[in-house]
Amino acid sequence: MPEKRIILDKIEDKHSPNIDFYRGNGGYEALKKALTQMSPSQILDEMKASNLRGRGGAGFPVGVKWSFINRTFPGPKYLICNADEGEPGTFKDREILQKKPHIMIEGMIIGAYVMGLDAGYIYIRGEFYEPIQAVDKAIREAYDAGILGKDIMGSGFSFDLYTYRGAGAYICGEESSLINSLEGKRGLPRLRPPFPAQVGLYGRPSTVNNVESFSAVPSIINNGGKWYAGLGTPKSGGTKLFSISGHVNRPGVYEIPMGTPWTELFNDMAGGVKDGKKLKAVIPGGSSTPVLRPEELDGMTMDYESVQSKGSMLGSGAVIVLDETTDMVKLLYRILHFYAHESCGQCTPCREGCDWYYDIISRIRHGKGRLEDLDLFERLAKNIGPNTICAFGDAFTTPALSFTRKFRDEFVEYIKNGNK
Amino acid sequence: MSFAYTDVSMKEFQELQKNFPGDAKGKMSLVIPALWLSQRQNGWINGDVVEYVAGLTGTEPLHVWGVATFYSMFNKEPVGKTLLQFCTNISCGLLGGNELIQHACSRLGIEKGGTTQDKKFTIFEVECLGACGTAPVVQVNDTYHENMTMEKLDSLIDQMSS
Repeated sequence: MPEKRIILDKIEDKHSPNIDFYRGNGGYEALKKALTQMSPSQILDEMKASNLRGRGGAGFPVGVKWSFINRTFPGPKYLICNADEGEPGTFKDREILQKKPHIMIEGMIIGAYVMGLDAGYIYIRGEFYEPIQAVDKAIREAYDAGILGKDIMGSGFSFDLYTYRGAGAYICGEESSLINSLEGKRGLPRLRPPFPAQVGLYGRPSTVNNVESFSAVPSIINNGGKWYAGLGTPKSGGTKLFSISGHVNRPGVYEIPMGTPWTELFNDMAGGVKDGKKLKAVIPGGSSTPVLRPEELDGMTMDYESVQSKGSMLGSGAVIVLDETTDMVKLLYRILHFYAHESCGQCTPCREGCDWYYDIISRIRHGKGRLEDLDLFERLAKNIGPNTICAFGDAFTTPALSFTRKFRDEFVEYIKNGNK
Repeated sequence: MSFAYTDVSMKEFQELQKNFPGDAKGKMSLVIPALWLSQRQNGWINGDVVEYVAGLTGTEPLHVWGVATFYSMFNKEPVGKTLLQFCTNISCGLLGGNELIQHACSRLGIEKGGTTQDKKFTIFEVECLGACGTAPVVQVNDTYHENMTMEKLDSLIDQMSS
């Protein structure tokens, strides 16, 4: 199976960010079809049939999420695009934002039409200054073309869209903390229920989807949900963007059908381990997913179920390749430094726990560890993840446990003989 | 020394107001955009900026401080003219990000987080910038410099020193 470019189609063309180029290649035809030939409930049926699962990491079915909004509920309702791409290893959304923003905007307008939403915000991480400029330009082009604003394409449907610049906080990729940030507050996750579909932005019904999720929508409208589902596996529909980085010959973003064998992505597309070295491990779905040893990759295909059956998670599709020279102790030290820096501090088990984890790995890394420390990771984990509002607790205990379980020898070596 | 927007900043702020509902909740959404405009004008966020932004957005200074200190990109002290931000997270770290930041620190004679005496450079070690496919990455003010090498870093510093 080669790459199958639907979202990334023609992205290499330097005109790809422009509305004229996008429309010249079939862009906004799906929106026209949706607004003039389809009812919201017909579109919802196609979305459900597509098996499109949320591309931000959690994999929740998009059609089902859209059906949670009561479109006749009076008063303003909001659509939010999560462009706070921050999971270490993930860099696919930046590609869309910078090079093909109109496909995301088209998907958002269709979503707003289906759910009867009035306005939308694209929340983009603060570091993405250039992508924000690209999206702002695309929004202006869309307004000028009558694709945003009042009476879109003469359909009577109106929708306004804005960008919002984040300011540096990993946690804002979590949808409820993103909403708090968008409200001008610290990005603290909210307790659920109530879910954003009932109480979201400004206390109003809201839906949050990832950049890539919205970008998949136009092709579903054009070709039907069944077609999209058929591209992937029975439970994971369509194509998915994978970000592959680390010790690999051809790092980058690859769009492949769900269910593509791991070996095709890794060897044929990404060119295998950099400089002919041996493979040591792979982090398949971003820094918070369990690391896999080479033998665990046997027979793995790139879809939610297969990666899960190997004991890890597809997450946001952020594949990080580690070669034989990688020091797993130092790498975990760096990962836990990241999480200790990024905890929002709201829940005590997480706030204290991530510092505690960082203290433990620091002493191991500096040759002052104790064998009991490895058990301490295990024991503490039981009291962190289950006792916090969001998934951040699990996000840092998971890599710690998988690293120390699967590469125990290396940790024991540091503990016994120090850092060499 | 008090702080106030220039005409340019105020005009942009007024444009941004149109993006949000006109009530108190909508005004609070302006705290982060208002801090961004302030930082662009002033270089960093101090007590005067906080008071000013609170006034503009109808919020308490304490709230604005909470927001400014929560987000890592708001500078709580002055930074140099060129802000060099080195990612040393997983992929950048695997591909030389640590060596790059060490090189920059020793060349400019400052520690991570420090600013040169001539106020030309500040060096920050930062978390994942979301460009791991072109690691290692250095963010120079607003711009990403990807596939960074020692040679490229040196010529960048040369260029910014003059």
